[in-house]
This record gives sequence, C-alpha cells and structure tokens, in this order.
Amino acid sequence: MKRPIRVVVAKAGLDGHDRGAKVVARGLRDAGMEVIYTGVHQTPEQVVETALQEDADAVGLSLLSGAHNYLFPRIAELMREKGMDDVLLFGGGIIPEEDIAALREHGVERVFTPGASLEEIAAYVRDAVGRRRGQAARA
Amino acid sequence: MGVTGPPGGGKSTLVSRLLAAYRARSPRVAVVAVDPSSPFTGGAILGDRIRMQDRSLDEGVFIRSMASRGYTGGLARTTARVVNVLDALGHDVVIVETVGAGQEEVDVVRVAGTVALVTVPGLGDDIQAIKAGILEIADVLVVNKADRPGADETARDLAQMLTLGSSRTGWKPEIVRTSGATGEGIEALVRAIDRHQAWAAESGERERRSAAAAREEVEALLRDALVHRLEDRLGEERVRRAIARVATRQADPYSVVEELLAES
Repeated sequence: MKRPIRVVVAKAGLDGHDRGAKVVARGLRDAGMEVIYTGVHQTPEQVVETALQEDADAVGLSLLSGAHNYLFPRIAELMREKGMDDVLLFGGGIIPEEDIAALREHGVERVFTPGASLEEIAAYVRDAVGRRRGQAARA
Repeated sequence: MGVTGPPGGGKSTLVSRLLAAYRARSPRVAVVAVDPSSPFTGGAILGDRIRMQDRSLDEGVFIRSMASRGYTGGLARTTARVVNVLDALGHDVVIVETVGAGQEEVDVVRVAGTVALVTVPGLGDDIQAIKAGILEIADVLVVNKADRPGADETARDLAQMLTLGSSRTGWKPEIVRTSGATGEGIEALVRAIDRHQAWAAESGERERRSAAAAREEVEALLRDALVHRLEDRLGEERVRRAIARVATRQADPYSVVEELLAES
C-alpha cells in the first residue's frame, strides 16, 4: 500500500502570522498528504522533535519575520544532529532572493516566495519525497 | 486510557492537562492523537498536537498524530498496535485521543482500559443523553468548559441518564466538571480515572475488555484476509465486475456476495 506523505508545517520563532502556513497546510491536505501543523511560536528544537516523533517525510517552514537566516539553518543543523538526513526540509515566506542560495547551502532544499502556487508546492513535495524514498529503497 | 467526545469539545486541551498530571507521577507518558482523513483526497490536517506543544521537549513525553485513513470507528486501523508498541517501549501511561466523535465512534473502548467521554454544555437535551452508542462506553463523563452557562444542566441530564437504567458492568460512571482552559477539575478527573482503573482490575472488567478486544481484532484481520484470499482466487476483475453490477442496479449486493462465495 502506498503510504501517504507526512509533512510537518511549522512556524518557528516570534512570528504569529500563520495564514500562509494554514493555506499551505490545507493545500497539501487537498493533495492527499497528512499535514501535522505545529501552531505558532515554536523553537527550532520543538520543530525538529515534532518531525522526529511524527516520522515526517518533510518539514515545511513558514517565516515572515525576517529571522530566516538564523532559524532555517538552525533547524537544518538540529535535523542533521538527529540523523534526519532522509527528511526533506523546505521553506517559504517573505524571504529575499539574495538569501535563498545561502539557505540552500545550509540544507533548506527549496524556498518558495510570494506568488508560488499550491499546485507547485504540492508537486515539489511529492517529487522530492518520492526521490528520497526511492533512494532509501535502493540503499 | 482513552479520551473521546465531539469535535471542539476540548479533548486536546484536556489531554494536554492530563499529560502534565500523569507526567508528574510517571517517568514516561505517551499520547496517540487521531484526526480524520479526507474521504476525497486521503489527506489530513493533524492539529491535536498544537495544544500539547509546550510538553514536546520533555524527554518523558512522546506524542504521535495519526490520520484515520478511512477507518470509521474513531481511531485509525493500527492505533491499537501503536499503543502496544508504546507500552512495550516502557510508557507508564498511554493516552489515546479519538477523532471528534459523535454517537457511534466507539472503537476506543477496545484499546483503552478507561474511557473518558468529554462533552460540553449546550449540545442537546436529555433525550440525546439516553441514546445508545458513545455514552454507553464512558467510564468517566467529563463536562468540559464547565465555566460556561448550561454546565449544571448538562451534568444534571447526564446524572439522570445514569439513574434511568442499570449499569452493564456494575460500574457507575462518575461525572466530573472540568475547564481545560484553567485546569480546574483536572485533579478530580485523574482521581476518577484512577478509581475506575482500580475497579476494573479488581472486578475482572479489565480482562473482559481485553478478551473482547482481542476477539474483535482477530475477527477483523480474518475478514480482511478472507476478502483478499477471495479476490486472489477469483481475480480482481471478477470482483470488480460483480461490484459494477450492483452499482448499475443489475443485481443486489446480497445475491452478488452469494454468487462470489459459491464460485470461490
């Protein structure tokens, strides 16, 4: 049986604006995924622990506060520490183009900015998780 | 133990309170929280955890969300197995939170030693309270949001319901008023659950429940296995054609089942 994709949608740090996160959560739900929403004001440790306990395939971070250059790499680092190399990390929000390359280097595989469609995000998550599962199956 | 009740009744908030109370006396406590899957896409929003996140970094606490994945008894098909695993891993208490349950989502009684039914003021009159189904599986009746108007009437309706008939097991469910928001009544709830667990251990109810649960589970797996075996034997195509005849009203489902069984 094909296992549904499990995605943790997380709001880290002092950022209470969660409409975007909820829209994405709903969009991924409608694409047939199981979305675990953390609620707002999570620490990086809480986000990573949640993904671990929930056996998530992917973690999607939403950030509109400007703290992405700290919070995203910190979450990526904690995930590596926990050995979660098989878990996809992606993000979205108000994030300047010039920051995206550095975030990718830190392990945030893809960053969506305003204007990205739900279809695009869902298709990306499905493909990226599919790739990872394929690799795990071959390994 | 299981926590069930209608959507929005405050189950997750109450579970979070119970988690704190049990954690104060047990080294390891786990929660399994079930939310519904979409009947159309299979997707789900699992949001019970939001209320419990303040305990997410406690190493003695493990929280796992499950989607019902089309299973309609208020749990997921494999929730009982997840509880077994958490038990085997050494959790002293496992709390199972069902999907928002109405009247017939009663599977939690097959997983939990004690079931707390969480209701809130204003959901219906005294006739609702004597209907069959979910009220019958409650070992503890919780009137949550008890700071709201109507809590007295709700507690009274439930108390009267209990006096109208004799108990199936000999246990008379206790009625506890709580407020998940303030934490009021949580200690009383924990005491009521303790009393039920002690009674269940002493009276043999715990064994009766495990035996019934084991039977249900084996039968359910057997049913699934038999259906698969039948499909293997007749071929999926043959079964699909039979189903299509029912869908287009060329045959009734009873005759089709007889036919398939006769062929196999």
